[in-house]
Amino acid sequence: MKLLLQLFWTFFKIGALTFGSGYAMISIIENEVVDRRHWFEREDFYNQFTLAQSAPGPIALNTAVFTGYRVRGFWGAAASVLGMVIPSFVIILLIAVYLHSFRDNSYVNAAFNGMRPCVVALIAVPCVRLILRLKGVWQILMAAASLALIAFTGVSPILLLAIGAAIGLMLARS
Amino acid sequence: MIYLQLFLSYLKIGFFGFGGGYPMISLIYNEIVTRHAWLTQAQFTDIVAVSQMTPGPIALNCATFVGYTVTGSIWGSVLTTLAVCAPSMTLMLLIAIFYRRLQGNRLMMGALNWMRPVLAGLIGAAAVMFLNRETFFDWKTVLICVASFAAVWKKVNPVWVLLASAAIGLAIF
Repeated sequence: MKLLLQLFWTFFKIGALTFGSGYAMISIIENEVVDRRHWFEREDFYNQFTLAQSAPGPIALNTAVFTGYRVRGFWGAAASVLGMVIPSFVIILLIAVYLHSFRDNSYVNAAFNGMRPCVVALIAVPCVRLILRLKGVWQILMAAASLALIAFTGVSPILLLAIGAAIGLMLARS
Repeated sequence: MIYLQLFLSYLKIGFFGFGGGYPMISLIYNEIVTRHAWLTQAQFTDIVAVSQMTPGPIALNCATFVGYTVTGSIWGSVLTTLAVCAPSMTLMLLIAIFYRRLQGNRLMMGALNWMRPVLAGLIGAAAVMFLNRETFFDWKTVLICVASFAAVWKKVNPVWVLLASAAIGLAIF
């Protein structure tokens, strides 16, 4: 029981205090589960993170499932996920409920006018970083083709992901 | 009926949301704005901005927010949040159980290696879809975008960059 509470509390803190994508959270999770709680060796934690990254879904959530399961089985995973989800759920719900009544406020509008171009930049940065880490001309061409198809033709991103996986499987087998 | 559709859409988003938050934005956009037209482009952009500024994974925040905005009810939020978590929880549990055997599997690594370019395309498409007149209505908005890019590239915490953009918005618009 103590371990379950510890898992819940650890991920509650992470969910309540960290911002952004999984990549931003990794060092905070690492600090908690490796340095403070000693649940894993550092090497082990990184292997685990690679897998969490490769599965679909929010990376931080995947890491919570994985950590919870390996520390305390199924209920450990459940406790970690609850801890991770509750803070953001409550905060967002409050904002969603009240944003409505602020939406026509001219100050709120001005703030959002400033934030929208910033959001575009926030998305562009990880895109450029990922492109710089691609290997070879074919991967870059594939990235460009995917971008164009998704943005301009409405091809399902899911289909493209499946094609990517199929190419990778064929190349790995031959 | 809309609850069932939302649930199915978010199951799909959760199941195919490889690479976490940013690529998922493209998927969500595709489902919520392009296919079902539940939200306008501007509404969606605002939701992404708020999801980024509040703690917690972007994809989760975004799901909670979209669920409420589309249905106007807390149950919409509960539903989308559950739906976006369910696939990744199931898959991650399986992976955790078979952890030892999967580690370093050549086929899996090969597949992941070629999903990466598609992920780059997905994120890029999310950025391109936001290039519209609602977002960039004058040269000042373009300047905010360029400055934000430079700041985030230099590893400034995105939360501060967003807050600064909001402050600039308040000052000049």
